[in-house]
Amino acid sequence: MTQEITIENIYNSLQQVMDPEIPVLSVVELGMITDVVLTAGGAEVHMIPTFAACPAVTYLQRNIRQRLEEDLHIPVTVIVDKHIAWNSNRISEAAKIKLEQFGIAPPKRLAGEVSEELFVEVPCPHCGSTDTYLRAPFGSTLCRAIHFCKSCGQIFEQFKPLE
Amino acid sequence: MLNKAITDLLTKMADDELILGHRNSEWTGLGPVMEEDIAFSSMAQDKIGHSWALFRILEELPEGRPADLNAFCRPEAAFKCCHLVEYPNSGYDFSLMRHFLFDQAEAVRYESLQESSFEPLQQLSKKVKGELKYHTLHANAWILQLSKAGEESYDRMQTALNEIMALAAGIFEPARDYEQALIDEKVYPGEKELYNRWLDRIYPVLVKASLNLPDLNAIAPAYGGRTGQHTPYLGPLLKEMGEVFNLDTAANW
Repeated sequence: MTQEITIENIYNSLQQVMDPEIPVLSVVELGMITDVVLTAGGAEVHMIPTFAACPAVTYLQRNIRQRLEEDLHIPVTVIVDKHIAWNSNRISEAAKIKLEQFGIAPPKRLAGEVSEELFVEVPCPHCGSTDTYLRAPFGSTLCRAIHFCKSCGQIFEQFKPLE
Repeated sequence: MLNKAITDLLTKMADDELILGHRNSEWTGLGPVMEEDIAFSSMAQDKIGHSWALFRILEELPEGRPADLNAFCRPEAAFKCCHLVEYPNSGYDFSLMRHFLFDQAEAVRYESLQESSFEPLQQLSKKVKGELKYHTLHANAWILQLSKAGEESYDRMQTALNEIMALAAGIFEPARDYEQALIDEKVYPGEKELYNRWLDRIYPVLVKASLNLPDLNAIAPAYGGRTGQHTPYLGPLLKEMGEVFNLDTAANW
């Protein structure tokens, strides 16, 4: 079945393109898609990386292109948007719940700049306790920090808040 | 003229990030505790990412060269990094103090670039600024912790600061021919201004850590890097860094 080429259908397909480091979240849920434009006979997808040194950008560009070409049979150009910088408020609320269920504490919502307060009493994704502390602001990927939960005695990761 | 000036600014920034990124990566597998091993490895990745972004901007300028060629195929004298980033890691005290002094300088620089008249740098600065928060947060935390961890620890931090200050001041070597043009065109506020802002930034942290800032009038900033005169440590690093790439510069990755 060939789908109709609409912005909505393109977004539906993009919902199937998962982040390689957080496989429960799509590029849309992470707020990495900044625009979708229909062009003569094809489409342009504009995206931004979460971190400047994100090693997954080329991989994601390819996956986005392949997914759309497979679903909609149109040529697709994926452009890295330089005009918009990613920040952690771009992660949708629904995605934050998925992140927590996956075992990664979501970033607290930023009201201004990143400050030390965003790293204290981060709720543990395993037991929900806020009796936790920051072990290290760097973790297994650029977007994660390491915390420790004193209640359940476990290390857990947090998706870092980013301005 | 302005194109040359901007190329000079971008090159020195990219080279600083590339070389310090390489040095940071040398802690991978050797960090004193696992979290610190990860921290230096992550910061290495960030720094090399930032240098890549700067090399990409250079690539898009008139007469720009591909980023990889810029990073791996230039002769030593064409590098414009400061001496601070060239030094081997030595001990953790040296590495940590360098990280603190350099990353605070970098933060001040990118903050100033948010008002740059050169759009690609202005856009990049917004992205980098948020990421650098984590580097300075990490640096400040460890400077404070180690300066309050007993006499030996305190002495080592103070010694590191004394030894590195002249090298760190060398970050702010003015561009010989271009400084005024870059200031006049509002590309950036100039090295002298950045140096003063940097001092304002590091001073309160040092005070909290009870560390004494060396007498700034008595130190001779380690200049020369921005004009291609380097320490003996850069050559071997460049050779190692470019070894694989230079086996076949036309290879497709």
